[in-house]
Amino acid sequence: MEFLVASAIGILTAGGLYMMLRMRTFPVILGISLLTYAVNVFLFASGRLTTGAPPILTDATVYADPLPQALVLTAIVISFGMTAVVVMIALGAYLGTDDDHIDDADVPKEDAT
Amino acid sequence: MIHWLVMPVVLPAILAPFIILAARYHIGIQRVFSVVGVLAMMAVALGLAIETSDGTVMLYQLGDWAAPFGIVLVGDRLSTMMVLLMSVLALFVLLYSIGSRWDERGRHFHVLFQFQLMGIAGAFLTGDLFNLFVFFEVLLIASYGLMIHAGGNARLRAGVQYVLFNLLGSTLFLFALGAIYAETGTLNMADLAQRVQLIGAEETVGIRVAAVLLILVFAIKAAVVPLHFWLPSSYAEAPAPVAALFAIMTKVGAYAIIRVYTMIFPVDLEVTSGLHGTWLLPVALLSLAVGAVGVLAAKKLDRLVAFAVISSMGMVMVAVALFTPESIASALYYMVHSTLAAGALFLIVDLVRQSRGHLELRIDAPVAGAALVAALFMVAAIAMTGLPPLSGFVGKLMVLNAAFDTEFNAGPDVWVWATVLIASLISVVGFARAGSILFWKAQSDAAPVPETEREVPSALSFAAVGGLLTLLIAHTVFAGRMYDYTTATAAQLFAPDRYITTVLETPGKLSDPSVGGYEEEE
Repeated sequence: MEFLVASAIGILTAGGLYMMLRMRTFPVILGISLLTYAVNVFLFASGRLTTGAPPILTDATVYADPLPQALVLTAIVISFGMTAVVVMIALGAYLGTDDDHIDDADVPKEDAT
Repeated sequence: MIHWLVMPVVLPAILAPFIILAARYHIGIQRVFSVVGVLAMMAVALGLAIETSDGTVMLYQLGDWAAPFGIVLVGDRLSTMMVLLMSVLALFVLLYSIGSRWDERGRHFHVLFQFQLMGIAGAFLTGDLFNLFVFFEVLLIASYGLMIHAGGNARLRAGVQYVLFNLLGSTLFLFALGAIYAETGTLNMADLAQRVQLIGAEETVGIRVAAVLLILVFAIKAAVVPLHFWLPSSYAEAPAPVAALFAIMTKVGAYAIIRVYTMIFPVDLEVTSGLHGTWLLPVALLSLAVGAVGVLAAKKLDRLVAFAVISSMGMVMVAVALFTPESIASALYYMVHSTLAAGALFLIVDLVRQSRGHLELRIDAPVAGAALVAALFMVAAIAMTGLPPLSGFVGKLMVLNAAFDTEFNAGPDVWVWATVLIASLISVVGFARAGSILFWKAQSDAAPVPETEREVPSALSFAAVGGLLTLLIAHTVFAGRMYDYTTATAAQLFAPDRYITTVLETPGKLSDPSVGGYEEEE
């Protein structure tokens, strides 16, 4: 299971980074999403991998750490909201300039205010 | 009384929804509430700063849960000083945005402004690393809204870059937090400080990775070269008052580095030894140099100021990276100076834009009535570049003094001294060039632009800029007392025992896990 989770995180991160290095907004946003999935799984794994254990401190010796689950929940909510914001801003920029490149090689000259 | 510590977070958190619900169509009422809110926050911050000035560590346990289990807010000298600095800057920025009517050019300026203050105050006050992440996100999401306030294609484009860069930073932050939690099983800063000490010499791989990831994240926030690429275009394209408020945002990164790397990973800790001296110092010197060259090379005034911010952050980080009590004290002094100076400069850039209509550094027809703006620009430029007699000079002197007779070498640290002095010279030349092009040289054959053709900035705008510059002068005049205060702050940072015991030993719910619940404690 460790190998499966570790390689899943690795592949998601690699894919996310590759997409982020593209210069268009859509692949970059997809890449950011992949990275956030990777980090969510990573946070889960930071509480050690257990199966079939209750997520509370009981008398049993085996239990799942509940804190990473709370952290992941927070992280999911935040990254979801942030992705929505960046999609809106990127859409606005694309519709305004008819160009979805991220780099400012040819920043359109227009009123600064 | 202890509840005052949570007020800088709660006050804007209540005020912002109130503004949006009750006064969304009335800009006048929004302005009143926003100014009153910032004034109240300033009063609270002042009270907190006085309360902690004798070295008291204030603790607020949210929901009365005891430290490693619950989230705590902690107020010591450093955090209360930063909250006070933020609220003072926010007041003048708010006055300027009202005076220049920037807040009317888009919707919900005041709401986002309050949320921004909430995020920054929370980041300064929190005693928990994950909570720090959450407050970073609060201040970032508000800053995304402020960044693209008033719209425009160039601004939206810069906004996309800014948001994406920061999203990547947030993801890195989560990776670092996951690694830290996996290694230590806690995210409370005081608890971490104790547990990191216990990690054996053979098992340091994970915590090393985490420490480096964390410093990368904070370096992105602090715009340390080579992680500074987001700053110039986003600060230059952001609305002027927003850019001025962002002057405190880079300091959040510097604050986080100071906090985490004095308490959790102190210099003498084996695990992270070499991180400060070997890695942080060279990149800090590099940012100082790159910022200065950028100042000289900039073709537009707003970019010039943005690069000056990078340079001054480099200066702060040089002082931080030396990591002695003296250098941290001078870093804190310089941080206050650089926040006020950068805020004032971004506002002056907007005054220049109003009188000239553009910000290109090219010789143009003379503008009538630019004398006051020119004088303000000169004062702010002197402060920013560190010429005598203003606080930039005093601050740089302190940093150079801290780099004298360090443990590594007797006499001046050659690299630090040379880079600081040469970078200062380059930025002096850059600012002098910009100032003389803008205000002195003019096409003599062109008719002067009459004053009536341009919108004259309101008196309130000038009052706001003047207020910031007055504070800079006060920061210079009372440099001795400020330095005493920052020295005491640095001393407190280098002796974190009181912080740790206050956080971990104050009773609350679940303060003793063996008791098994808070019912028994009643």
